[in-house]
Amino acid sequence: MKISKLLATTALGAAVALGASSAALSKEVTVMSWGGAYTKSQVEAYHKPFTEKTGIKVNSIDAPNPAGPIKTQVEAGNVTVDVADVEYSDAVRLCDEGLLEPIDSSILPAAPDGTPATEDFIDGALTDCAVANIVWSTVYAYDSSKFDGGKPSTIGDFFDTSKFPGKRGMRKAAKANLEMALMADGVPAGEVYEVLATEAGVDRAFKKLDTIKSDIVWWEAGAQPPQLLADGEVSITTAYNGRIFNAAVGENKPFEIVWDGQILDFDLFVIPKGAPNKEAALDFIKFSTDTQRLADQAKWISYGPARKSSGPLVGKYQDGKTDMAPQMPTAEANMKNALVNSFEFWADRDTELSERFNAWLNQ
Amino acid sequence: MTDQTASTGAPYLAGSPTAGSLAPAVAENGGLVTVDGKPLKKALAQSQAQAKRRAFILVAPLLLFIIITFIIPIGRMLYVSAHNDAFAANMPTLSQWFSQNPDVVGVPEDEAAWAALHADLVQARKDRNQGKIGTRVNYDLSGSRSLFTKSARRAARIEAPFKEAFAKLDKRWSNPELWGVMRRNAAPYTASFYYKSLDLKQDVDGAVMQADPSQRIYRDLYWRTIWISALITGLCLMLAFPIAHMLATLPLRYSNLLMIMVLLPFWTSLLVRTTAWIALLQGQGIINDTLVAMGIVGPDGALTPLLTGWGMADSQGRVPLMYNQAGTIIAMTHILLPFMVLPLYSVMKTIPPSFVRAARSLGASQWTAFWKVYFPQTVPGIGAGVLLVFILALGYYITPALVGGAKGTLISNIIAEAMGPWNNWSLGAALGAILLVGVLALYWLYDRIVGIDNMKFG
Repeated sequence: MKISKLLATTALGAAVALGASSAALSKEVTVMSWGGAYTKSQVEAYHKPFTEKTGIKVNSIDAPNPAGPIKTQVEAGNVTVDVADVEYSDAVRLCDEGLLEPIDSSILPAAPDGTPATEDFIDGALTDCAVANIVWSTVYAYDSSKFDGGKPSTIGDFFDTSKFPGKRGMRKAAKANLEMALMADGVPAGEVYEVLATEAGVDRAFKKLDTIKSDIVWWEAGAQPPQLLADGEVSITTAYNGRIFNAAVGENKPFEIVWDGQILDFDLFVIPKGAPNKEAALDFIKFSTDTQRLADQAKWISYGPARKSSGPLVGKYQDGKTDMAPQMPTAEANMKNALVNSFEFWADRDTELSERFNAWLNQ
Repeated sequence: MTDQTASTGAPYLAGSPTAGSLAPAVAENGGLVTVDGKPLKKALAQSQAQAKRRAFILVAPLLLFIIITFIIPIGRMLYVSAHNDAFAANMPTLSQWFSQNPDVVGVPEDEAAWAALHADLVQARKDRNQGKIGTRVNYDLSGSRSLFTKSARRAARIEAPFKEAFAKLDKRWSNPELWGVMRRNAAPYTASFYYKSLDLKQDVDGAVMQADPSQRIYRDLYWRTIWISALITGLCLMLAFPIAHMLATLPLRYSNLLMIMVLLPFWTSLLVRTTAWIALLQGQGIINDTLVAMGIVGPDGALTPLLTGWGMADSQGRVPLMYNQAGTIIAMTHILLPFMVLPLYSVMKTIPPSFVRAARSLGASQWTAFWKVYFPQTVPGIGAGVLLVFILALGYYITPALVGGAKGTLISNIIAEAMGPWNNWSLGAALGAILLVGVLALYWLYDRIVGIDNMKFG
């Protein structure tokens, strides 16, 4: 009797253990991001420690812009992505169109000192459906070997081809270029979107772009600008700050970033509506956006953490000697003349201004 | 069917040893019958139907494949280009009010319209649809998206009378143009994306007019796509004709080697070839570096003053060969060349050299022999090559995107932009549908002028 009871208990226990472990094994979460150095930073800072801690496998996939596949997948009713990394305006737009699962920001872990997450994140970093992980920025950078005397230092210098000769690289889109043109034309960062909201303001921005139009080489993917600089195709180019940093520090290129007139934006984690592993996705987001993880990510690429409490924890680059704090777009010295991208403005006027931009390109 | 075929067909159909006689049986009413008494016509039709069924079963997988991967997606694209119910489906009450009050133009005085607007916005907020509605209206009236998201957020707190309340919430609600757009959007079927694709727009009353000059892009892009494709086709023909002729007339061991040289790039990835062109053509690329080293261009090159005068040199005296139309034309001509060489070669291979020899021996000059005897026989190959290259060029995407810069991009690049970053599938579909119609029209024209039967791929 006793023996059979023991046997039964053991068998039951083994069955439970087996069941539990197989459940843990089958758990996984698919995260879609932007590729290159940026995805690498996320794999190192978020995916690996998450798998280590929870046993949940993280599949990492890339897209040129993960916002595109979300719409297609949700509308086709075949969602394969659990977590996607998208830009601010896309996060808001997709949320408004009902393509994302709402995320209750009160479930996010508090800062180590007990500050609740809703206060610890930078203003605007939390929305109904999204949790920001980084702050990145569009800056311009130059090849310092191309300029012997004075170096470019203001946003106006980008548009001054007589003082700083050579071609200019710019992203082939209206977004960021129009803002930079206005700032170079003397509009203070705080008034850029006010001016751009008027017809005269848009005309003014295009007129400024006209002054260098024949010298512009247009790029589309984030990996292109460092390549254009390295090839000597352009002497100055706009770029995402992290890509220039990785080329300059990681590959020892003589590239310098000019922070004047930088345009800040968030990248946020979202969960597409109908994600197959919603629970695991939430766990992943909770884990990845805690104070330590956001600080760790800065070890791999120079994008700023979206939590205030992560700032002091930011250490050195993976080479062990480059201090990361001054490389962040949010570092105080870099914020002197910075513009925060207005998602509302672009959600409203993207189509119209993109068309006008394309018409302008073809004139 | 003639009687003759019937009479020869009958013995086989009968299938019985007794039907050995060639004289067919004749039924009472005079019609031919088979041995087992069936009317011949019926039996024949039956056996033919069986053969057809068998043939159909054989092609059924292909047919199914074409329907699933070709017909349905294209049909779906045409549907999306003319159907967008993001407004109609999510603003049902207001849409109904529009259909009940067809005569009201501009901002309505009727409180019922405003109450309908309020009810729909409150519901939209609950269902998280305000973004869809706003995006739809925003296509036709830029700047309206935030009006809908903002108003939906606050709609629950608004109280009657709604007209005043909405006017107070945002003055854009009193814009007659907005109400014109909403009225048009209340119908799920729309031509507005086609208007837009042709640089037209509609005013408050729905009258069609030209878009602002600063917003006109698509017509220019269609023309550019057509003339660049035509130019590339012409260049391909000029380059491919002599090559194909040489391949067809050289002894086999040389022509095989040359053929491999034609085919090697054909087998290489498109991206690799395009990237190779970037390395060759860019300002600091191989071609420019070579020209600078030879002292032809560059800061103190021999031709620099001349080229600068023509606007063909940059500030460093180098020739810009890419990020412009020249880049698109050079790279696409190279990439599409095999599509011209192969049909030409296969047709030329079948032309006996004795024809030209005969013409020469009869006193034709070299040119006459070529033009009157050889060339007409290559026309089927030219037709196939030209049509193939031209239609491929019309829809080309990746090469112009990479080397075309601003002025070397084609309509397909804008379609990709509409489908991707702009997220405006209806516009992308309408642009694609116009391109499709254009291609079909060219195909029809080709059929009328040259004849589609008169085409040979090999």
